[in-house]
Amino acid sequence: MSNKEPLFSAKNRRLLTTPLSKENPITIQVLGICSALAVTVKLEPAFVMAISVMAVLAFGNVIISLLRKTIAPRIRIIVQLVVIAALVILVDQVLKAFVYDVSKQLSVFVGLIITNCIIMGRFEAFAMSNKAWPSFLDGIGNAAGYGIILIVVAFFRELFGSGTIWGFKVIPEVFYEIGYKDNGLMILPPMALIVVGIIIWVQRSRDKELIEEN
Amino acid sequence: MENLISIFVKSIFIDNMVFAYFLGMCSYLAVSKTVKTSVGLGIAVVFVLGITVPVDYLINNYLLAPGALAWLSPSLADVDLNFLSFIIFIAVIASMVQLVEMIIEKFSPALYSSLGIFLPLIAVNCAILGGSLFMQEREYVSIAEATSFGLGSGVGWFLAIVGIAAIREKIRYSNVPAPLRGLGITFIITGLMGIAFMSFMGIKL
Repeated sequence: MSNKEPLFSAKNRRLLTTPLSKENPITIQVLGICSALAVTVKLEPAFVMAISVMAVLAFGNVIISLLRKTIAPRIRIIVQLVVIAALVILVDQVLKAFVYDVSKQLSVFVGLIITNCIIMGRFEAFAMSNKAWPSFLDGIGNAAGYGIILIVVAFFRELFGSGTIWGFKVIPEVFYEIGYKDNGLMILPPMALIVVGIIIWVQRSRDKELIEEN
Repeated sequence: MENLISIFVKSIFIDNMVFAYFLGMCSYLAVSKTVKTSVGLGIAVVFVLGITVPVDYLINNYLLAPGALAWLSPSLADVDLNFLSFIIFIAVIASMVQLVEMIIEKFSPALYSSLGIFLPLIAVNCAILGGSLFMQEREYVSIAEATSFGLGSGVGWFLAIVGIAAIREKIRYSNVPAPLRGLGITFIITGLMGIAFMSFMGIKL
């Protein structure tokens, strides 16, 4: 490669932006749903989860992309899993050391980043056939697309479910005195699915290309 | 024995992998287009969960948990290898899936060809790793309890995927708003099924 392309060429910028909307990992590619739904009761764990996934995905993508010529195709799944598991152990130890409460709330879901299909999916689809820098951007972009959905879902669930945002009360006391009640249903697991369903609905009615046949 | 049955029933209905913890959602959403394929995947998941949870239980209790190495020599009693559990569990799962694949291929080629691509996919199904991690977190006291938890979770997942596949087969004949078709309506149906499953929550076992 003699003609060096600039670090943020149009192509590289697209890697960062398309996963935010048109190729969103959750609403379009259907990857990484498992952990996305379980950690969205409150904003704080959702945010920590989004950052953790971003760290694992970006660095994992770089590592796999650097190793891609040496990995034998037959054993690639095991190699990928080992890389992911090592990174996740690092993230888990860091969380336990600095934000112990959040790490308790996330419980097994930090470990489940290992089997988060976004990560395997991006390794297979992108990092195995691209160079390190684009892979890094692809990792950041996809993790950001995942994080946005997480944060939007968590925002609505926390606001309507417990009347707080990031732990601070935002719905004034007066409302409660008039008779407003927090919607307990929003805290329960099934509502996460319905909120994501509504996000998909809004996104697809704005962008008609994304509508499925069936 | 009563205890085992109650763990089994609890992990099918009350702590259902899909509806209470959202585990294994990716393959649940991707493979639930027809009942036939989802039955195949469901059986494979029951099988693999039923094997990996007890194996990981033994590994956890005799190798990884704090003080678990004491059976080797008393000097190892303070060793805590817990931080290794993710990497070891996933290695066990990946190799078990490979092993199960080879066994099925040898002894039941018919089942093997009907499961097809799903078997290797199970290695990255979060319900499997989730099963092992929950087993570690809930501290089951015997291998029999861990096995019944593993099988129960598998059966719960099987019920969920077969249920949603049956609904999706029928919903093709309904007039769903265009932007909701496919993924959107599947999410909402799963949410409603989850609310239905919540009616089991009050049951004390």
